[in-house]
Amino acid sequence: MTPTWSRFNIASIVLGFAFLYLPIVLLVVFSFNESKLVTVWGGFSTKWYVSLFHNQGLMDATWVTARVAVISATVATVLGTLAALTLTRYTRFKGRMLFSGMVFAPLVMPEVITGLSLLLLFVAIGLDRGFLTVTLAHITLTMCFVAVVVQSRLITLDRSLEEAAMDLGAPPVKTFFQITLPVIMPAIVSGWMLAFTLSLDDLVIASFTSGPGATTLPMKIYSQVRLGVTPEINAACTILIAVVAVGVIIASLANKRREAQRQRDEQTAQRG
Amino acid sequence: MSNAAVTAAASSRAAAAGKSALARLGEAFVGRLVIIIPYLWLVFFFLIPFVIVFKISLSQTAIAIPPYTPVLGFGDGLSGFVAQLRQLSIDNYVWLTQDALYVNAYVTSVIVAAISTVLTLLVGYPIAYGMARAPAMLRPTLLMLVILPFWTSFLIRVYAWIGILKPEGLLNQLLLATGVISQPLIILNTYTAIFIGIVYSYLPFMVLPLYSSLEKMDYSLIEAAKDLGCPPTSAFWKITFPLSLPGVIAGCLLVFIPAVGEFVIPDLLGGSQTLMIGKTLWNEFFANRDWPVSSAVAVILLLLLIVPIMLFQRAQARAQEQDK
Repeated sequence: MTPTWSRFNIASIVLGFAFLYLPIVLLVVFSFNESKLVTVWGGFSTKWYVSLFHNQGLMDATWVTARVAVISATVATVLGTLAALTLTRYTRFKGRMLFSGMVFAPLVMPEVITGLSLLLLFVAIGLDRGFLTVTLAHITLTMCFVAVVVQSRLITLDRSLEEAAMDLGAPPVKTFFQITLPVIMPAIVSGWMLAFTLSLDDLVIASFTSGPGATTLPMKIYSQVRLGVTPEINAACTILIAVVAVGVIIASLANKRREAQRQRDEQTAQRG
Repeated sequence: MSNAAVTAAASSRAAAAGKSALARLGEAFVGRLVIIIPYLWLVFFFLIPFVIVFKISLSQTAIAIPPYTPVLGFGDGLSGFVAQLRQLSIDNYVWLTQDALYVNAYVTSVIVAAISTVLTLLVGYPIAYGMARAPAMLRPTLLMLVILPFWTSFLIRVYAWIGILKPEGLLNQLLLATGVISQPLIILNTYTAIFIGIVYSYLPFMVLPLYSSLEKMDYSLIEAAKDLGCPPTSAFWKITFPLSLPGVIAGCLLVFIPAVGEFVIPDLLGGSQTLMIGKTLWNEFFANRDWPVSSAVAVILLLLLIVPIMLFQRAQARAQEQDK
């Protein structure tokens, strides 16, 4: 017997999702507000989007953020995947406790601590604060998130395929690239996307580790928000939300398609 | 997929026959690299920075670049190093414990984080429970809907609440228009706003672990209890809740630990009247440019959180064992 879906269950889901989504919806709606007062509706307008594209400071910050996010997410995905492999495949080596501690702790570590400690490291080794330091800091933070995502896929992986390949004489490295990697690819892709959005999003660590000339978009948004809420910021936020939403939807559709393809393949294999 | 596996295996069988000892050595080396690269990265960028924070927390503030003294290093040989060690002091820590501002900030942060965690649990549990009870077909979509806000910027989601909570904001407009209140409520720049902000921002972190433990639950247990005449409420407290406890613990730790050191929410929603340690550290660093004191603040904050962080790690490790 399957559990029943009571009215209480449905109500709590509807209310919960309203709570989660209403603020975001309101923010998007008011980015199209004609009035300069963010909370008073003055008619539909896209003028804030136009003025946004003429705001050179914001455009520069967007460019910096995009580059930091792409580079750091890519490096973090490689490192995070290696870390996930280490965690699941190498259960006995010296310092394994320390290693898993270093992977899990950054997930919950308050950002002010991570930011401050990284900054002090960069100062200690004489690295000028700027684009490079923000990127290094983001790699360190986001690789741990990638590791957790990939690890959860690796744990549930059916190892018999790998064993079959190795029994047939495939060297481990080749087995990894031809068998393991294709199977865990969806997890790696979602790990990359998570790393990308975390980097895109980060204010605190970027504020500590960034220097002149490497102001990221959240830093720019933050400094403007402190001066007062403006519809232009609403417009910038809406574009960011749209970019992320489109990315997530495309990724999930692609994932669904791949899953369907895989099932078809398996059925074909079983028949044949 | 399976086609690829067969081809790969077949092609490498031929190669394996003539595999040399050198190739084996190479593979062992690659296996080592898998461990060594992320290991070294984390040691250098995560562990060593904490050592540096600790070291600087013991040094004196100075008007210099970087603004602290002395810089500990091996540049002057061992005797120089020892001389530098002598200059280290615990003055910053003494100062922190004597200043009521810092002590208050730590205590308030822990209390605010604890209350917010309980509130998040109260809001998140019914949602996770409803999701776990939903028709299996709907569950992936519901899960996606919980995760989606997490993908949109944290800063933006906190910022969105300013427009809702401020005195002339949307919530007050709505309540005034419907006649629920006659005076606008002052919510922004109070602890209430911080609670709302934390519950809102951290809700997915609570719902996801709760959902994953509730979904795994065997529903026939509830059925059995019902058949034996157990009322639904006591069935919940005797069966459902204890079985969801791993999710409750993981969710609470995922909310509590970062909330203690939270900066963005108290800064944007709490205003200048509220006191939290993340904000204190930020101001100490950016406004006062006092690096040694902010390092000492960070070290104490870390000591406060070390027990919850280790609990979190243990819970993670246990969950991983179970999945296997």
